[in-house]
Amino acid sequence: MRILVVEDDPVLADGLKVGLGLAGMTVDCVGTCADARAALSTSVFDTVVLDLMLPDGSGLDLLREMRGSGNQTPVLLLTAMDETSDRIRGLDTGADDYLGKPFDLDELGARVRAIARRGSGRASPCLAAAGIMLDPSNLSVALHGVPLSLSRREFSVLAALLERPGTVRSKAEIEDRLYGWQEEIESNAVEVHIHHLRAKIGRDVIETVRGLGYRIRVPS
Amino acid sequence: MTSLRGRLFAILLSATGMIWLSAVLWIYAGTRGELEHVLDTRLQEAARMVNSLVANADMTSPAAVLPSLPAEGAGYERQLSCQIWSLDGRLMARSSGAPDSRLTEAAAGFSDRVVDGETWRIYTIANAATGARVMVGDRLGLRDRLVSDLIKGLLAPALLIAPLLALLIWISLGRGLRPLRTMARDVGGRDADDMSPIDPVRAPAEVKPLTQALNGLFAKVEAARRHEREVTAFAAHELRTPLAGLKMQAQIAMSAAAPEVRQGALQQIVLSVDRTTRLVRQLLALAKLDANAEPQAREPVIIGDVFDEITATAPAPEAGISVTIEPALRELTVVVSRELLTLALRNLHDNAVRHMPSGGMVTWRKAAAGNGIVVEDEGMGIPEDEIPLVTQRFFRGRNKSAIGTGLGLAIADAAVRRMGGQLRLANRGDHGGLEATLQMAPDSRS
Repeated sequence: MRILVVEDDPVLADGLKVGLGLAGMTVDCVGTCADARAALSTSVFDTVVLDLMLPDGSGLDLLREMRGSGNQTPVLLLTAMDETSDRIRGLDTGADDYLGKPFDLDELGARVRAIARRGSGRASPCLAAAGIMLDPSNLSVALHGVPLSLSRREFSVLAALLERPGTVRSKAEIEDRLYGWQEEIESNAVEVHIHHLRAKIGRDVIETVRGLGYRIRVPS
Repeated sequence: MTSLRGRLFAILLSATGMIWLSAVLWIYAGTRGELEHVLDTRLQEAARMVNSLVANADMTSPAAVLPSLPAEGAGYERQLSCQIWSLDGRLMARSSGAPDSRLTEAAAGFSDRVVDGETWRIYTIANAATGARVMVGDRLGLRDRLVSDLIKGLLAPALLIAPLLALLIWISLGRGLRPLRTMARDVGGRDADDMSPIDPVRAPAEVKPLTQALNGLFAKVEAARRHEREVTAFAAHELRTPLAGLKMQAQIAMSAAAPEVRQGALQQIVLSVDRTTRLVRQLLALAKLDANAEPQAREPVIIGDVFDEITATAPAPEAGISVTIEPALRELTVVVSRELLTLALRNLHDNAVRHMPSGGMVTWRKAAAGNGIVVEDEGMGIPEDEIPLVTQRFFRGRNKSAIGTGLGLAIADAAVRRMGGQLRLANRGDHGGLEATLQMAPDSRS
């Protein structure tokens, strides 16, 4: 899951990056509205975590712009102004959730997962297909009830594929979900992760569609 | 006297009394003069009349005494008395009630004389042709009684009316002062939060300045409160963000398995605690500046001492940053509040050091004009559009430092203004970097 964090406080931004990273998310951090605009125009995120008071403007204005231009990415507002009226204004501007500072890291992770799930049109917290059960909340995967041990990257690749079983995910799409901007991507990284996954969950579960990408094979 | 009504009442009543009294005195003096004149004329008339009678009658024989007038009815008080004397000193005739002794020794004209214990005013005509001297007189006591009767007639109704007038004044004052009472009730019955202006339309013209002054005060109090609320809200926001960061990093440190992640989180915690400590210190400094309204004690301060104090206690600048003070400034002595000057310069200095690249130089120098101190750095300066904003509380511009609180320049500005001086910020044309000029008030020259 790829998250954009828009927060100008360096310590908090670092905490969000590391903390959400520990929860299996790929996090990109920006500190200003301008940088956030640039990030949103070039990359696709599953969720935006948005601070309200930014040095070059209000997070609410950015949110209004996003919704005005048709951006559907779920947004969680983070702010120190947690008066009820502020919450209402935030939600009515187009936010999906609201968290007042200071907050609990695990709660933030859960809320981000929840609005991302809703954003992709699912209600169930777990991803299940082809006998695989993936629980994003505790990063656990089970095959026919037997727990599997996956690396963080393998987990992310599997989660990306399981979100829409039967639908082809391109290599670029998967890379996007896996790596933030600062991370070096080796050209065959996705292939390597798929190779390792196949070794753990079985050869036939992930199907390679030549020239397009990968998909979970759904028994018809 | 504390009651406006009572005070006005006393003033109005005594003024009315004084006016009455003056009027009475004036009438008394005027009437008295007029009466004298009228009565003197009557004496003259009467004397002439008697004289002409004497001229017509044969007064030469002693027997030819004027026939006595018939006795008047009781209760009539004779006002005039008449004596006719021969020029050689015999009493030829007198009116009834006239004293036997000679009324006056004056040969002719008006004279005053005490006869038988009473003061008389007499008019005398000497007629050589008839050989008679006619004297007509009246008692001065009678004249006084006439005047005093007149004054009594004037005073009696006035004294009767006085209580009525007092009552009328008292009631009118009550009515006139009603708008004040209404306003007092209106203001007195308000909630502490109600700062809405008093309706000036209902107030009479004399009370309007008061309502305007009150409304002005309300507006000022309201603005001060709003400012306080904003600062509190900002402070809450600025404190909650580092708290959120602290909590987040603490949770990471607790849950991370990898030692390097834990180490990183702990380092972030230390950084955040440092920053928050500084923030709290600055908030306290600002609160102190806001709360302390009374003027600070001024004393001669040598700038070199302040420089040494600040550079000794300031956190050590990063390697490669040098701090210098111009010798001319080191010797400069100004008469200001030492506390405020130190606070302002410390924050300017901190701001300069914090925004410096390695190898830069922070310089304190004397301002070219006037009694000023310039603190300049070689950092990246402030974008021109942000210069008016950086002295606002919690404003952090595009070129912010990682540990900045957005309060340093606001504190410096507030402290300088408290000293009666002025803080000017400008980007340096030559090197880049910021030039902060602390212009002292003219009276700070030692």
